[in-house]
Amino acid sequence: MKTLMVESAPALTRTDTLLELRGLTVDYGHGERPTRAVDGIDLRISPGEILGLAGESGCGKTTVAGAVMQILRPPGHVVSGSILFRGEDIVGKKENELRRFRWRNVSMVFQSAMNALNPVMRVGDQFVDMMRAHEKISKRRALAQAGDILEFVGIDRKRVRSYPHELSGGMRQRVIIAMALALKPELIIMDEPTTALDVVVQREILQQVEALKEDFGFAVLFITHDVSLLLEFADRIAIMYAGEIVESAPAAELAEAPRHPYTQGLLESFPPLSGPRTRLTGIPGFPPDLRDPPSGCRFHPRCPHCLPDTIDLYRLQTTERPALREIAPGHLVACHLVTEVTE
Amino acid sequence: MSAAPLEVRELSKRYAIGNTLRRSHVHAVDDVSFELHPGTITALVGESGSGKSTVARLLARLYAPSDGSVLFEGSDVARVKRRRDVLRYRSQVQIIFQDPFDSLNPVKTVRHHVERPLRIHRVVPRAQVKERALELLETVGLVPAVEVAQKYPHELSGGQRQRVSIARALAVEPRIVLADEPTSMLDVSIRIGILNLMLKLKEERDLTFLYVTHDLASARYVADDILVMYAGQIVERGPVEQVLQDPLHPYTQLLLKAVPDPAKKLHAERIEARKSHASAAIDPTAGCRFVDRCPLAIDICSRVTPLLVEARPSHAARCHVTAPQPATERT
Repeated sequence: MKTLMVESAPALTRTDTLLELRGLTVDYGHGERPTRAVDGIDLRISPGEILGLAGESGCGKTTVAGAVMQILRPPGHVVSGSILFRGEDIVGKKENELRRFRWRNVSMVFQSAMNALNPVMRVGDQFVDMMRAHEKISKRRALAQAGDILEFVGIDRKRVRSYPHELSGGMRQRVIIAMALALKPELIIMDEPTTALDVVVQREILQQVEALKEDFGFAVLFITHDVSLLLEFADRIAIMYAGEIVESAPAAELAEAPRHPYTQGLLESFPPLSGPRTRLTGIPGFPPDLRDPPSGCRFHPRCPHCLPDTIDLYRLQTTERPALREIAPGHLVACHLVTEVTE
Repeated sequence: MSAAPLEVRELSKRYAIGNTLRRSHVHAVDDVSFELHPGTITALVGESGSGKSTVARLLARLYAPSDGSVLFEGSDVARVKRRRDVLRYRSQVQIIFQDPFDSLNPVKTVRHHVERPLRIHRVVPRAQVKERALELLETVGLVPAVEVAQKYPHELSGGQRQRVSIARALAVEPRIVLADEPTSMLDVSIRIGILNLMLKLKEERDLTFLYVTHDLASARYVADDILVMYAGQIVERGPVEQVLQDPLHPYTQLLLKAVPDPAKKLHAERIEARKSHASAAIDPTAGCRFVDRCPLAIDICSRVTPLLVEARPSHAARCHVTAPQPATERT
């Protein structure tokens, strides 16, 4: 069981699987009515791939990240399913094994960089702490490496002497990304890394992540509420709704031919910057309370195609949960309306 | 179009930062002039720190301006001191804040939030307060109103909370609503609903909005006119469609390139990483504040502060290159 921690694991190719989630289910709370934040999701990430995971707040996307890092805080816990990293299940691993797995194999960039750095420690010292927790390395060498990595993300190496408050929001987010890169992990989980930033800074950072990915060859699990961002940036996109994955497809295909009504509604919630200015409707209603999710398809109370006039279909939609099925190569949809394999 | 109910003239707000030995000044708002026309939505866009929220707060009388004036029906708002006059101004100009989680009192019901302004401003006779509160909740789409009125803020979703803020602002029957990033804390599928509500209020009640946002696409969706701010100054002003389809100022052009646009899909343009991260609003010297990031910069840009010049009919920019300055002007 120690293979996970081998430092020079055999190289994987793009067609292999780096991380695989099988039927991952996460609850908050125990007893009669726990809140099922993630309900049996399957997900797969290949080496060097950018997988976008999108959905609204409360859909469970951040919980997925917490489960992969095994940093869920009670009452959150994995109920069932497995998280396979290089084929090895990390659910139930001991804390000391996980400590090496985190940062070295999988690192994470949190939502608000403003709060992720220690305000009373110099940036360089935070690097040194993190690196020395994982490697036998002298302070001086760690600090030199920290400078190198900061330059990679476009920050002057002199900034190792700075305190977090002396940096702008965009720079702090870059520092966090640099820390995530420091031990050259194979997977970086980015949870809304640019949400608090301006569009121009956001664009700069995304371009940088793409360039770094080319150099370092890591894979990215990119979690965001902003699908429009993923359309440009991700290789594949998975859409989450109320704890389930409702659609997943290559980015270009999702952009051009979204099949799930929720995905369609989500894409139509972004007013365009060019073309005609038409009135949009968004998605009526609001996401369900996961303590008491709707029966059948969880989206049916908000779905424009769920109408009582088509009795058989309506009964299906309101009583039976649709399975996630492959309708075209690499394109999976969980919807009663989408049955046939197209093209 | 009738006369502007609200006119902003050469408005400035400066803050001192640092200590007595190293004193600097942030020119958060500097020489900002514009008008809000009745029954229109004006978008005020810019990055964080550009001063856009400060403008909204100056207009709401939450801050006192360092210079310049805000004229409401011809009189200067900042000099209004008598409580009666302040109340009168507040009954005409209301503000909605970004964070619907922070701007409602967690121990009071929805009813309390909406009824309070009705009582303070004596909008309706006391006997009708309850009824009017329910009407307001219906106007903003919180139905069934009777049920919603009894709820506490924590029982509502973010979108519903923001609607309560809007209902509260509408209670005093204002003519102008200052909306400071009202959708940025909300989920994407909910945002359109709030924007549509603004459009509905504009059309049905002839309300005037100042919509402060960093989101260009939503500005295009709701606004008639747009003001683009950079480092405390308005760098471009004009009809929203004209500004966004054919921007004059290089900063507006940069913003447009950076925004993810579903219509462009995978064909987004790359942008140059900026070299300088210092804010151009701290102790500004003569010259254009965008000069360090500007691809078009010429010699004059770092010496002479450009003025906001109408290069096209009703479309103005603060740029030496794209909006040539009148020859007589100096710094």
